[in-house]
Amino acid sequence: MFIFKGLAIAAGIGALLSSAAWAEGLQGKVIGFSQIGSESGWRAAETSVTKAEAEARGVDLKFADAQQKQENQIKAIRGFIAQGVDAILVAPVVSTGWEEVLTEAKEAAIPVVLLDRGVDAPQDLYLTSVASDQVKEGRVAGEWLVGAVGDKDCKIVELQGTVGSSPAINRKQGFEEAIAGKANLSIIRSQTGDFTRSKGKEVMEGFIKAENGGAGICAVYAHNDDMAVGAIQAIKDAGLKPGTDILVTSIDAVPDIFAAMVAGEANATVELTPNMAGPAFDALDAFLNAGTVPEKFIITESKLYTPADDPQGEYDRRKGLGY
Amino acid sequence: MNTRPPVFPSPATPPPIARPAGWASVLLRPQFMALLAVLAVNWVLFPGFFNITWQDGRLFGSLIDVLNRGAPVAILAIGMTAVIATKGVDLSVGAVMAIAGAAAAVMVTSGVPAWLAVSVALAAGLVCGLWNGVLVTFFDIQPIIATLVLMVAGRGLAQLITEGSIVTFSDPFLIFIGTGSVLGLPTPIVLATLLMVIAALIVRRTALGLLIEAVGVNRSAARFAGISARTLLLLVYSFAGFCAALSGLIVAGDIRGADANNAGLWLELDAILAVVIGGTSLLGGRFSIPMSVLGAVIIQAMNTGILISGFSPEFNLVVKSGVIILILVLQSPYAARLVQRKSAAPTSKGRQP
Repeated sequence: MFIFKGLAIAAGIGALLSSAAWAEGLQGKVIGFSQIGSESGWRAAETSVTKAEAEARGVDLKFADAQQKQENQIKAIRGFIAQGVDAILVAPVVSTGWEEVLTEAKEAAIPVVLLDRGVDAPQDLYLTSVASDQVKEGRVAGEWLVGAVGDKDCKIVELQGTVGSSPAINRKQGFEEAIAGKANLSIIRSQTGDFTRSKGKEVMEGFIKAENGGAGICAVYAHNDDMAVGAIQAIKDAGLKPGTDILVTSIDAVPDIFAAMVAGEANATVELTPNMAGPAFDALDAFLNAGTVPEKFIITESKLYTPADDPQGEYDRRKGLGY
Repeated sequence: MNTRPPVFPSPATPPPIARPAGWASVLLRPQFMALLAVLAVNWVLFPGFFNITWQDGRLFGSLIDVLNRGAPVAILAIGMTAVIATKGVDLSVGAVMAIAGAAAAVMVTSGVPAWLAVSVALAAGLVCGLWNGVLVTFFDIQPIIATLVLMVAGRGLAQLITEGSIVTFSDPFLIFIGTGSVLGLPTPIVLATLLMVIAALIVRRTALGLLIEAVGVNRSAARFAGISARTLLLLVYSFAGFCAALSGLIVAGDIRGADANNAGLWLELDAILAVVIGGTSLLGGRFSIPMSVLGAVIIQAMNTGILISGFSPEFNLVVKSGVIILILVLQSPYAARLVQRKSAAPTSKGRQP
């Protein structure tokens, strides 16, 4: 009996050794992830995508939800340091006040990767940051519209995000850059829809009334998909056809905008990918296994989706992510 | 035990609605003046403001939009008026809206019939209001704190129900509540008007209004006078919860989805503002439900005006607060004295029975 046992143990050790010898990528690494919370569908999707990415790579992910509080994030990071994890991912809730805890991580020689947002701290305190380029998102949406209307005159109404928020400022700037110099395109009205469906609908209603029942509007550009979904309903209520009478372009690529595309009511959306963890894991892989120091700012792709990109498939694929 | 002498509200000051002194004097109230002024400004900014057309079996125009968009806050204000008249306040109505919308949306998407989902959502509103009422009456917690609990926790509850995402639905009945129309008028307008008329009739054609005012002026005095203050407060807070739930159903039906993060966000403040613009004192006592609804319409007329004005959105809040300060100053006792002095002679004989 004990021979079998001994053999089994030997085999087990052998398997362990071989797996260690064959270890590739981040297999078996322990990585802590301090998430802000779940204030939006996109955030929930980011969390589930991060967990899926970790599982696919065999990473032992320690997840900590900070419920929108920085002190919880700092506590979580200190906890990760005490546990001696191999790396830490942080989606910082605010940009200030990180120097102390990042210094502690640096002293413990644990690389930190920032996700989605940056921090006001010396750049040597973190390995890299993975984020989207919000100006580029606006530019991609604008470039799509420039291509879609060609030489025709096009009066655009804009649904801005929350006044003063960085996505609203940057997405506005990017879009304006894209249509600058095109004499046939102009933004005739611009108001805030606070990134919400109901405000997007209310503002669009007002725009349609103010522009001769919508006859003067060729396209609506919304800083996020939720406002676009609200605007689509307002266009329908006014007896017009969204996607045909008034073109609809927006940013984020949440499932419901793909549902609208399937119905022919939305024309284009630019993805704010919830997969910030993928590039972060790639950078950590290169750093931990080969010592390659990544670039300080990794910019995610701002991919354009139109009804030609299998919206039904995209809808099905995203629906389960928690958006 | 109570050293203060019980004081019953003086019957010498009748509530404003009980005996309207002719249409002329009602229309001369500062609230009507304010509404007319705001509408006139909207008309100057956008000449087509008063155009109303018939489209797809319903009335269509900016004026209809004002009433339609103002309906959720108007409904909140109806419940809020009763609460404020008892010297209370309900900060939780925005969160209760989110709870009701979330509950109804999750139920219809999981196959529950719409009438049942709507009933459960309204019942949830009643229960939320009852909870507030219990905290205020039995635990004697100050209303602003008691309802703050549900304001914070309620939104979390709604997020739990929807699991943080926007639950979209295509149930025709729920959509009808938000965007349907009855006899050409949008359903929210019809619901708000019905609720206003019924509530105003109930409080003014029965003694209920007087009892609410009595509790608001002096709760212990009212109790000594034989009014069951506790039952009354429970009733009033439950009613506010019910109104909030109805409003939440409208908002959810409007966007065909329950957005737990944003539905009703900050609307409790708009509702309180509507009540104050309507002339009900935060110190309790005299109240008028139709005037609060008018307050809600004024706020929405202003919001719609800002939207169609073409101003840059950075100005929204500045313009809004400027107009509100102006309205409140016009309604202040100081302004009233000023007007009285100026027009003392004509009004003294101009009053018709």
